[in-house]
Amino acid sequence: MKILLIGNQNVGKSTLFSRLTGINVVISNYPGTTVELKKGRIKLDKKLEEVIDVPGIYNLEPTSKAEEIATKMLKDENLVINVVDATNLERNLYLTLQLLEKNIPVIVALNFWNEIKHKGISIDVKKLEKMLNIPVVPIVAITGQGIKKLVSQLKKIKAHPRCKFNDKEKWAKIGKIIKEVQRIKPRRHTFLEKLEDLSIKPLTGLPIAILILAFTFWLVRFIGENLILYIFEPLFNLYLPIATYLSNLLGSGFIHNVLIGTLIKGQIDYVQSMGLLTTGLFVPFSMVLPYVFAFYLVLGFLEDSGYLPRLATLVDNIMHKLGMHGLATIPMLLGLGCNVSGALSVRILETKRQRFIAATLMAIAIPCMAQMAMVFGLLGKYGIKGLGIFFITLFIVWLGLGFLLNKVMKGGTPETFMEIPPYRIPYLKSLVKKLGMRIRSFLKEAIPFVLLGVLIINILYALGVIDIISKIAAPVMVNILGLPKEAATSLIMGFLRKDVAIGMLLPLGLTMKQLIIASVVLTMYFPCVATFVILFKELGLRDLIKSTVVMIISTLLVGGVLNFLL
Amino acid sequence: MEILLLQLQTGKKAKIKRLEGGYSFQRKLASLNIRVGKTIKKVTTQPLGGPVVIEVDNTEVTLGMGMAMKIFVEIKK
Repeated sequence: MKILLIGNQNVGKSTLFSRLTGINVVISNYPGTTVELKKGRIKLDKKLEEVIDVPGIYNLEPTSKAEEIATKMLKDENLVINVVDATNLERNLYLTLQLLEKNIPVIVALNFWNEIKHKGISIDVKKLEKMLNIPVVPIVAITGQGIKKLVSQLKKIKAHPRCKFNDKEKWAKIGKIIKEVQRIKPRRHTFLEKLEDLSIKPLTGLPIAILILAFTFWLVRFIGENLILYIFEPLFNLYLPIATYLSNLLGSGFIHNVLIGTLIKGQIDYVQSMGLLTTGLFVPFSMVLPYVFAFYLVLGFLEDSGYLPRLATLVDNIMHKLGMHGLATIPMLLGLGCNVSGALSVRILETKRQRFIAATLMAIAIPCMAQMAMVFGLLGKYGIKGLGIFFITLFIVWLGLGFLLNKVMKGGTPETFMEIPPYRIPYLKSLVKKLGMRIRSFLKEAIPFVLLGVLIINILYALGVIDIISKIAAPVMVNILGLPKEAATSLIMGFLRKDVAIGMLLPLGLTMKQLIIASVVLTMYFPCVATFVILFKELGLRDLIKSTVVMIISTLLVGGVLNFLL
Repeated sequence: MEILLLQLQTGKKAKIKRLEGGYSFQRKLASLNIRVGKTIKKVTTQPLGGPVVIEVDNTEVTLGMGMAMKIFVEIKK
């Protein structure tokens, strides 16, 4: 037997899944966070049963891939927990009635039970149970309230005698149920509801959006910088004597070069030395991790508050001109954290064309936090000018390329149709959990690639391959991009890790202009291996090749133009 | 009087009278409870042909302008 969690989008299925199985999954306050089936286990009567978190659906007559998958699973010997949003009972019941048409046991978990009261809603659960003829358990998935009762009921439920209604009959029955079980008292708008209105009306919403985004950017830099200054750099200063001792112990030679790297003026330089135990640790932990932490902390608040779908509505118009929905802001924002999670989330867009445009634009013009952290380190000393040109260039590329792709590619963008969730005060425990998951997955992804990258670069240096590549790439590097030919090495590193690649620019002694060009080129020319693999899975080989061609051409073009203009 | 949802004033409530478009369009709207007979409130319209935001049963929904042009409503007295 499998236990399926089925319900509309953004009703809290993943939160309940996490509660039932103890498995941590990313949950947010916007529709479409879960894009694939998640499986876990729960102990029932001393037997382990499989629990499956199914992406949100509205209908069992499939129109989307998620609905198709869900419908197929209903044919097995399964049990359904129908997660229902108690604040939106009426439309949630449509799916419930459809589930009752199947010959499988169904139990209703009435989620957000804590929210109905201040919305002035009251629901008669006993009556609802009687009218639906299945058990109904009110729960608050995020705090765990009611979960025990839900689980104890699971053991008892039996298949409901199959009933059959047509659409009209279903809505009539729903109307009858709502009339009997639900009462809504008129009440004054709460502060959060007033804020909901203000942040979606263009006149007030656009200034609010600009303020929020600017504040987000400032906050991420503020937290990141201070973590580096007061925690991570002092920690690495403590570690320096140990590394120096090791360096003296090893003397010189290949092993020393791989582990410690090259000494700069007789000293270990954490950024430039390029050893596994120096740069290989310093870049991911001391330069990148603080920013990744800061970014995901702030993003978590934005996600869980319910702001993002409002931002998506405000920019929907512009996004349509680039061949995407407003909702494509979500892969873009996630891409700013890590291009891998950005590439995964393009699935919330429904057409192939949109997914291609969103994935390509993200891979080309959205620098990940790891890369940005290094750019902050390198260009930060030139103040607003260096960073300004870097970000404005990428923004223009993003706009221009999106506009172009939308013009050139066949087909159009379907119209936006999405639910805006209510504002919710983020729940601290789940914020911390999500942050922890993201940090862990960053470390899991970053550390091996950083170390592997540093190792490969050292081996290539020792074999003299780097010199050969630099010579081959010299015409492009020098003539088109105005960079020294040695910068080609960082492009090789960039396949593996863009953060380390940008660090490799430091020993070259570049001017501000060259640093800007190199940073832009490193962002655009190719996604890192980890992102590349996901893009291959999401887009398929043909579209990936197309996307790659767009990348290379636009990189050379933009790099050349910058070299000419600056 | 029956008017287009698009013509409805911001902040005003109205009852949905008629939906143009086929079965799949109607079903799509029904998934967020936008059906004939439901009372909706127009929250705002984004400028330059942007989407329309309406409120159904205390929930805000964003829908493209093309969709809003297929929804006919009657203003409540």
